[in-house]
Amino acid sequence: MGLENVKHIILVLSGKGGVGKSSITTQLALTLSLQGRSVGVLDVDLTGPNIPRFFGIEAKKVTQAAGGLVPVVVHEGRDKTIGIANGSTKKRRDNLTFGSLSCMSLGFILSSRSSAVIWRGPKKTAMVRQFLTSTLWPANLDYLLIDTPPGTSDEHISLLETLLKEAMPGQLAGAVVVTTPQAISTSDVKKELNFCVKTNVKVLGIVENMSGFVCPHCRECTNVFSKGGGEVMAREFGKPFLGSVPIDPAFVMLIEEGKLPTYPEGTMVEGVDVGGAGLADVSEAQDPDNYVPDDGLLVEKYTSCSLYPIFDGIVKRLVLDVEGEAS
Amino acid sequence: MAPTLEADLTEPPSEALNANLKAAPPKLVAPEPEHCPGPESDQAGKGDACDGCPNQAICATAPKGPDPDIPIITERLSGVKHKVLVLSGKGGVGKSTFSALFAQAFSTLLRKKKIRRGDGDVEDNAEEEEEEDDTPPTVGIMDTDLCGPSIPRMLLGDNLQDIHTTSSGWEPVWASDTLAVMSIQFMLEDPDAAVIWRGPKKNGLIKRFLKDVEWGKLDLLVVDTPPGTSDEHLSIQSFLKEAGVDGAVLVTTPQEVALLDVRRELDFCRKAGIRVIGIVENMSGFVCPNVKCGRESQIFRPTTGGARKLCKDEGVLFLGSVPLDPRIGMACDFGESFLEAFPESVAAKRITEVVGLVGESIGLEVVT
Repeated sequence: MGLENVKHIILVLSGKGGVGKSSITTQLALTLSLQGRSVGVLDVDLTGPNIPRFFGIEAKKVTQAAGGLVPVVVHEGRDKTIGIANGSTKKRRDNLTFGSLSCMSLGFILSSRSSAVIWRGPKKTAMVRQFLTSTLWPANLDYLLIDTPPGTSDEHISLLETLLKEAMPGQLAGAVVVTTPQAISTSDVKKELNFCVKTNVKVLGIVENMSGFVCPHCRECTNVFSKGGGEVMAREFGKPFLGSVPIDPAFVMLIEEGKLPTYPEGTMVEGVDVGGAGLADVSEAQDPDNYVPDDGLLVEKYTSCSLYPIFDGIVKRLVLDVEGEAS
Repeated sequence: MAPTLEADLTEPPSEALNANLKAAPPKLVAPEPEHCPGPESDQAGKGDACDGCPNQAICATAPKGPDPDIPIITERLSGVKHKVLVLSGKGGVGKSTFSALFAQAFSTLLRKKKIRRGDGDVEDNAEEEEEEDDTPPTVGIMDTDLCGPSIPRMLLGDNLQDIHTTSSGWEPVWASDTLAVMSIQFMLEDPDAAVIWRGPKKNGLIKRFLKDVEWGKLDLLVVDTPPGTSDEHLSIQSFLKEAGVDGAVLVTTPQEVALLDVRRELDFCRKAGIRVIGIVENMSGFVCPNVKCGRESQIFRPTTGGARKLCKDEGVLFLGSVPLDPRIGMACDFGESFLEAFPESVAAKRITEVVGLVGESIGLEVVT
């Protein structure tokens, strides 16, 4: 049980808090799923479990089964296209295929969403071990992404100790390290890179998050937290730089309210115009204060997000690195 | 105050980094079991989970009762008039930035108010107090984020200094004449070294920051914390119980994902008996610097009403909102004071307002 069902394990780490580990984990999971992989997400941030909110499954509960805990399903896999509908967005979506996505977090077990988990080390260690060893992931899970809290302390030590004991050789593919561009953040993240060196975890690459913010009014990009720090750090440590991810308020809206991302015309991402009718129906570009929530799956709506093309590139590189090595 | 190097009373900081906790907790022969009542607790060695634990005999015979170091901490901090914790459930919302700006604002921009003490609040030496009136308050800042210490860079930039050991303890690093700083970053030989520590070791160092640092006479001690509600927070709370904490300032950003963690932190404060001074909303709104545009947008959209609504629901004081200004991040990267460099900016004005409110709330009266 537990980890035997999993092919590859990827850790998402960062020395600094609030750089977007959970947001990056979410998008890596959605993109891996869109590339046809079955994905599991494990949230070991015990004192601030946010993954349930990111996937919009806060109300769900984990069920106990013989031999362990059953993770919450975000969506089932879909391997062939379904019927053709009228709207262009709808049609494009129905042609999507994706792998299944399920997730496990302490957030599902807590009785109230605002109650504090005030635990010292040993209890956190026990919980991390239990999550890792007794979650009943679906059989033949391609990827298990593990979202971690900031720092290099109890959760991280326990996580790696358990993985060393339980995981098969080669199963732990490595870590994706997240940073934001400013020096305050990279100086903390450098500590995390040294943590990976000390614990022999391969760094699959560095992602620079929150690099630039595109003003929704004038499309001018401002480097809110400066830019380029992640790339410089990657070069300094000789690690692959996977890419820069700008701040996209439409992604926040997608997560918080389920709103389909729309952009003003002429918004260019990776050389593609994602604005206006580029990816979404114009009719869906509504007044932000007066919109009807879209009932599609998160993974379907995510393909309209300007960040999707960026993650598509990042994940392709990761998959090549991880699966190329395994074969 | 030249440090003497032949200090015998305290270990040099480098040794403390490698040493385990001094007296309590007892040396264990095996890891604590899952439901361990805690080797320091009164139940140690007697709980249900203790049956069969290899540590049982050790825990059962270890000295019980209050930590003998707490009176020492209380004595050490007797010259510190006010203590404020800066907390947030979520990381990266600006706890350290706010702590640094807060300390800078108090220690450089503000002046103590003429003391007009009335009923019962007798000063030891009233005349001396009067003379100090026009000086800025002396502020200390203690960085308890051991895995990601940011305070030194924000206040000192790249010129990090070592901590000197004197016969009376560790001497904090002075960022200005009136601002003392203590952080683990000053103790690391390699500035990028990872501090891979479990809880007890972190608690040990935090205790030494309180017990062994020569804080001297401070008007205010700001304690910056790591995100979450775990070892560091519990330790600070228990170590400072007797010395008394004025309260906690909670920092958040406007989006629900952050507010969710702040609710957990409020719950923690309630359970731990820490007074909440109020909540600051950071990174609230962003004004496009493009001269042709200049319109405001929400990077972290307050979809659930932001901190203002949270404060109303929870009955907590809303201290104000500070807009996102890229210059704050730049100033922090280079250890410059944003408040001195851009006193006319909206962000600086808002921060000064928040600082004023907090000062008022803890009774540290200042004039801007």
